[in-house]
Amino acid sequence: MTGTKLRLDHDHCRLLLKQMLRVRRFEEKCAELYTREKIRGFLHLYIGEEAVATGIMQALGEEDAVVATYREHGHALLRGVPAGEIMAEMYGKQEGCSRGRGGSMHLFHAPTRFYGGNAIVGGGLPMAVGLALADKMQGKRNITVCFFGEGAAAEGEFHESLNLAALWDLPVLFVCENNLYAMGTALDLSESETDIHAKAASYKMPSEIVDGMNVVDVEVAARRSVDAIREGNGPVFLECRTYRFRAHSMFDPELYREKEEVKKWTEIGPIRRFQSWALEAGELNQTDIDAIEEEVALEVSEAVAFAEAGTWEPVTDLLHDVGAEART
Amino acid sequence: MPSLGADMEDGILVEWLKAQGDTVARGDIIAVVETEKGAIEIEIFEDGKIEELLVPEGRKVPVGSPLAKISGAGEAAVSEIAQQAIPVEAAAPAAPDTTAEIIIIPPSMDKDPDLRASPAARLFAREHEIDLEGIAGTGPAGAIQLRDVEAAKPAPPKRGIDLDAMRHAIAAAMSRSKREIPHYYLTHRINVEAAQNWLENYNRQRPPPERILFGALLVKATALAIRDYPEFNGLYEQGSFRTSQAVHAGIAIAIRGGGLAAPAIQNADRLSLAELMVQMRDLIGRVRRGSFRASELTSSTMTVNSLGDRGVEGVLPIIYPPQVAIIGFGKIIEQPWVVDSQIVLRPIVQMTLAADHRVSDGHRGGLFLNAIAEKLYAPESL
Amino acid sequence: MSRTMTYREAMREAIREAMNADEKVFLMGEDVGHYGGCYAVSKGLLDEFGPDRIRDTPLSESGFTGAGIGAALGGMRPIVEIMTCNFALLALDQIMNTAATMRHMSGGQYHVPVVIRMATGAGRQLAAQHSHSLEGWFAHIPGLRVLAPATVADARAMLARALEDPDPVLIFENALLYNREGDVPDDLAAIDIDHASIRREGSDISLITYGGSLWKCMDAAEELAGIGVSAEVLDLRTLRPLDDAAIMASVAKTRRALIVDEGWRSGSLSAEIMSRIIEQGFWTLDTPPMRLCSAEVPIPYAKHMEEAALPQVSGIVDAARKLVGG
Repeated sequence: MTGTKLRLDHDHCRLLLKQMLRVRRFEEKCAELYTREKIRGFLHLYIGEEAVATGIMQALGEEDAVVATYREHGHALLRGVPAGEIMAEMYGKQEGCSRGRGGSMHLFHAPTRFYGGNAIVGGGLPMAVGLALADKMQGKRNITVCFFGEGAAAEGEFHESLNLAALWDLPVLFVCENNLYAMGTALDLSESETDIHAKAASYKMPSEIVDGMNVVDVEVAARRSVDAIREGNGPVFLECRTYRFRAHSMFDPELYREKEEVKKWTEIGPIRRFQSWALEAGELNQTDIDAIEEEVALEVSEAVAFAEAGTWEPVTDLLHDVGAEART
Repeated sequence: MPSLGADMEDGILVEWLKAQGDTVARGDIIAVVETEKGAIEIEIFEDGKIEELLVPEGRKVPVGSPLAKISGAGEAAVSEIAQQAIPVEAAAPAAPDTTAEIIIIPPSMDKDPDLRASPAARLFAREHEIDLEGIAGTGPAGAIQLRDVEAAKPAPPKRGIDLDAMRHAIAAAMSRSKREIPHYYLTHRINVEAAQNWLENYNRQRPPPERILFGALLVKATALAIRDYPEFNGLYEQGSFRTSQAVHAGIAIAIRGGGLAAPAIQNADRLSLAELMVQMRDLIGRVRRGSFRASELTSSTMTVNSLGDRGVEGVLPIIYPPQVAIIGFGKIIEQPWVVDSQIVLRPIVQMTLAADHRVSDGHRGGLFLNAIAEKLYAPESL
Repeated sequence: MSRTMTYREAMREAIREAMNADEKVFLMGEDVGHYGGCYAVSKGLLDEFGPDRIRDTPLSESGFTGAGIGAALGGMRPIVEIMTCNFALLALDQIMNTAATMRHMSGGQYHVPVVIRMATGAGRQLAAQHSHSLEGWFAHIPGLRVLAPATVADARAMLARALEDPDPVLIFENALLYNREGDVPDDLAAIDIDHASIRREGSDISLITYGGSLWKCMDAAEELAGIGVSAEVLDLRTLRPLDDAAIMASVAKTRRALIVDEGWRSGSLSAEIMSRIIEQGFWTLDTPPMRLCSAEVPIPYAKHMEEAALPQVSGIVDAARKLVGG
């Protein structure tokens, strides 16, 4: 589907809602499994921000590349990485999409060109530029979408990458998921210019602000941007304003924000909002929603079962894949 | 107590937001827990009813402890919240691939604690049984290096043995012996007819490689007898004698072309005759090839010198310092012997004890010789 | 058969050859195009291959190194030139956190066939910020291959082999070597960059070195021969993985090791080599191994002070004499 006109029929509404719910329920299960010590390390949940990745992914083709951050379970799921492989990865099992070597922050999946899973803030941006450079030099029409938080805007790599992508007219869609806090530091405590999308202008890169709590807005903006990029017009920057409902990571008492603020954002949560709109518009009914919930619950429980049944990579494989086996 | 971070070990339950009997739904906040990072709200992942609050407010409990009992849809919830150990098999870590085979040379090899020798020198010395002491080092700060030990190593024998060096060694040892040791000598003649007959009989049943030479009987008899005469078995060093529990019998072996060596048969008293013979053959062969080890020359606690078939009637041997006794046996000679008042011919061997008068006296020496004779009269007991 | 050329020309010829052989190969870095390369290595290549494949970058070491890594992931064979290793610190995140980790962290799904070249070393009165020798730091990182060509022939041969590698390869070129002339054999395949090379045979002491220090060791060995000390000179060539077998074989022969490394001593590559000699070659040693490294000071500007800070031929000769003794 191309073009910026979006037909919000029953099927498409069902798809958008289901995609967001897949992420929501999967993340809720992750939180539970973390408290039970099934999942360890750091765990960053995407709850509240589902509309962003859901809307963006609608605009991508199979050959396009995705670079994400350490808050990327949702992106991996929506990109098509099997839920069981993601869950097994978080369990540390070798059936995981990174053989249990990466964990929550390092999901990778070559069949869907999902390039992680980068736990260095801003670290993924140069890679996205390079992937786009390779596509362009090889005459491919692929684009690379690069997700990052607004905290990355303070990193040098952010500016270097925007400059390179614009300088070389590379097919990159930069998606800033502005959830207002870099861990616990509010945007106005870390940036002199809090309007992140304005920074793109200094690199002559087209940019816009998108309501990241509205999946339809995101999808429309994404389709428009991807079409432009694919036409060879160079990179586009979308600043999706959104909000993280959960703590930064599991071990975070949220000393830096008021409960009232969280409540306010929750009330305009992307799922709640889209679901009630679709019900009102008559595109979906309660039976549809119950069916979606059921399908999603099944997918999540199967993912957990897959992870539980997974196996541990033998310790004798410890040094595998540090380099190509022939030349280590 | 849920785990909220890999570094969280416990938490204080500061407040219950639900009471016993309350109905709870998945996602409800049911309690507040204080951690090192601050207060964190605890959510429930099951629907059900709170049967019992297990932890009172204000108590610190470790991660994994049950906080409440909930009945209803999630019957299994309580036990599930408890920590489940991850069954990672305790696999051995991969062996480091950089370490070479570990060689340990005991420090006791150096009598001089200040001796400075390189690892390469030490390894070479150990492999070639070379004593590092007395070797002049040419490395930094006088350290002994490989080249120094190589230079000190006896040159590989062209004619078996460096006879000049051996002559020097014999000269030094024998001069020292005659200079320092007040020898006394006792001689005794014995009839070895029984021993000879027994041996002939023994050898007749065996192929040549398994046959025993008469000399082995002499060594064994001496080694056995000396156990009761410890003042003849041991070393006299630095002005005092130390007896040896073990009997390491030095065997004087002549080398073709001149010279002799007396390498030891360790624990000769505890070897069977057959074992003793095997070792004697090996030693004799190696001495003649010049391939014996220095330690074999220095470990004897006493020495036996048997002249054998080509010898003469008797020998007055010289003690090999720091030993204190040597027993010499002449060759077997048919001689007149009185049996039941009749003069008959019998195979006679003359044996002579040379002993160190600083350690023992003639009376004990005589008893010792008689004891050897007794052993030879009953060859089957050897 | 062989030809004579400079180290710079050898590098340029190697780049040209690689770009002609595979259209996926391209060069990117600061001033590689219009300027002709900070050290004139890529001079003339812009005209030959055009700005797409001889790609000038802004002063964004992290950005363009990361882009090179991304392009490698995307199917290209980029050669990234970081002007000097001093600036590579700005790209360390991309090299260490992305390039070196990718294959393992992704469970073997992705690999990064990028070649990153950079100049290294002191000796040109460039003072503290332009005189680092950081190859030992990079050699610390699993997932990387680290090369240090010291001869013109190696400079000519290494690039093609590095580009064949499916994983990231870092090439450290000592800036003092660019003008050096040497022979390049016609048969480049015979040059084995994976293993250390004995540049001079000897029996009394092994001088273990690489890169710019190789030639100081060669001069020292010549001087030592004049006083009856036979020094063997071992050029490591590849700093990760180290050729342990070659090091141990040489030390087993000479029983003495002197490691010459322009890096600082503490926590250095020379410390690593020494540890391995102790671990694997202890019983072959006649003396404790020794190291000659740069003084632990930011490299000073004044010529006499800079010289004093770096390993020099006279110091190598003195240290070797001490070790050999007599």
